[in-house]
Amino acid sequence: MHILRLLLARLAGALPVALVVVTVVFLIVRVTGDPATILAGDMASPEVVASLRAQLGLDQPLAVQYLKWLGDVAQGDLGRSIVSGQPVAALIGERIESTLLLSLSALVFTVLLAVPMGVMAAWRHNTLVDRAVMVFSVIGFSLPSFVVGYLLILGFAMWLGWLPVQGYVSIHDDAWRSIRHLVLPTLTLAIFYMSLIARVTRASVLEVLNEDFVRTARAKGVPPMRILSHHVLRNAAVPIVTVIGIGLAFLISGVVITESVFNLPGVGRLTIDAVLSRDYPVVQGVILFFAFVYIMVNLLIDLLYVLIDPRIRY
Amino acid sequence: MKTLLRQNRLAFLGGCVLLLLVAASLAAPWIVHADPSFMQPRMRLKPPGADFLFGTDALGRDVYARVAYGSRMSLAIGALVVLVTICLGTLTGLAAGASRMLDGILMRIMDGVMAIPGILLAVALVSLVGASLASVVVAISVPEIPRVARLVRSVVLSVREEPYVEAAVGLGVPRYKVVWRHILPNCIAPLIVQASYVFAAAILLEAVLGFLGVGFSPEVPTFGNILAEARPVFQRAPWTTVAPGLLLAATVLAVNVFGDGLRDSLDPKFAGRSHD
Repeated sequence: MHILRLLLARLAGALPVALVVVTVVFLIVRVTGDPATILAGDMASPEVVASLRAQLGLDQPLAVQYLKWLGDVAQGDLGRSIVSGQPVAALIGERIESTLLLSLSALVFTVLLAVPMGVMAAWRHNTLVDRAVMVFSVIGFSLPSFVVGYLLILGFAMWLGWLPVQGYVSIHDDAWRSIRHLVLPTLTLAIFYMSLIARVTRASVLEVLNEDFVRTARAKGVPPMRILSHHVLRNAAVPIVTVIGIGLAFLISGVVITESVFNLPGVGRLTIDAVLSRDYPVVQGVILFFAFVYIMVNLLIDLLYVLIDPRIRY
Repeated sequence: MKTLLRQNRLAFLGGCVLLLLVAASLAAPWIVHADPSFMQPRMRLKPPGADFLFGTDALGRDVYARVAYGSRMSLAIGALVVLVTICLGTLTGLAAGASRMLDGILMRIMDGVMAIPGILLAVALVSLVGASLASVVVAISVPEIPRVARLVRSVVLSVREEPYVEAAVGLGVPRYKVVWRHILPNCIAPLIVQASYVFAAAILLEAVLGFLGVGFSPEVPTFGNILAEARPVFQRAPWTTVAPGLLLAATVLAVNVFGDGLRDSLDPKFAGRSHD
């Protein structure tokens, strides 16, 4: 009952945000320029532009267009690509496999490595381990992901020849080759995210380590591993999970770049192709798609809080 | 502030490197003798050596000269973005913090903008408006504004409860004066720290825009444009990517380290008396 009420409250909170996203995405295209002129190109005659405008429904008042757009989005209709004529949702569906594979592997890799790194750094505060983690974190935070990607390609694919340079193999076709193609993109994507999460984990674990109950546990001789797992991590988990959720925005941005560096046929690549060919319904659709994924994941994380920390009540 | 920075040697180092980079980019016409857009078809894709410190690119241009002039443009874009973001973000945050009516609306808008991945928003904006200095700066600023607005709002909300603010309101001091004299000074310290992060993010985002092919006019060297042009020849001439990439990374690193140091020294002790 409690969780249901929470779910409803959170959904009610997410709705206005979603509405803002839908509106911003609508405005980006309508306010910044005339899609018909952009599409027709510089050489088109006014008649061509006018007919294109009528065909796309752009000659109607802005309010009418906005309401129609809201209605379509509410029904899950993201429009059709101008270039290929296919529904945007279908285009996203075609490309989702590679994006999902890349982001999930980066997410798992990050959480498995960055959280222990942060915990170790805090546990061994002001030692070499701590310094090393912090240095990694600052550097990883500053390196542009495409530079990381190229350096990895240069090192592991071109000089050492251990891994393929670019490209994508579906996991259904050949699992081993698929994994080999996935290693460098995953690393590229994970490094930035890892530095963020290692840093926040360290900070929140440090804070909990100074609490009285940790000192008490130490004093009564609780083994260190048990202090970490039962006393420290349970209390430090909420900020860590929060940052994993917020960091998802960086992960999505990273996906766009990584897919371009490694030529992966994912949704990020679809976005850039659509931007370069001025296929504005696809651009709108993909931005909406990513924004909704972000909102939904953070909604889920809000619900997770209750499981992680029973003290949280809404 | 100087002494505070000295306490943190790493941050001091970051600040020095940053100063050096800014000075070098400003002095580019004097320290680089090669013309960044001069093409020498016979000198295409030469590896780094005595003649060309960072080698040459696919059109036979000196990568070193291009990077030197490029950092100039990128730093300028970063500074402009900081200016736009801090001004608009502070105004939004103050408005949200000062008026309960505006708060709900403004913060939902900010939440919405934050839910859209920054790179996608910027890419879409630039490609639709057409790339120019103004559109690149605006496109990079829009995703950063909510972060500044939230920060300022949180400061306003906490300062609003302070006795001296309540006293000023009780004495009938006009609202704009309360904001200007009592609330804004408290925002300065966190804003300086935030500005350094925005600066780093802006330089990175400009490079990403250029790299993805939507940055502005290719003949102007920026980190982004140099890296975008290096992309097709990466496998044959890795130096065209590595040299500008590492310099870009060094710039961002210096800014971030400097910002971390500023935060450490400004946040706990300095926050309360930033208007000294």
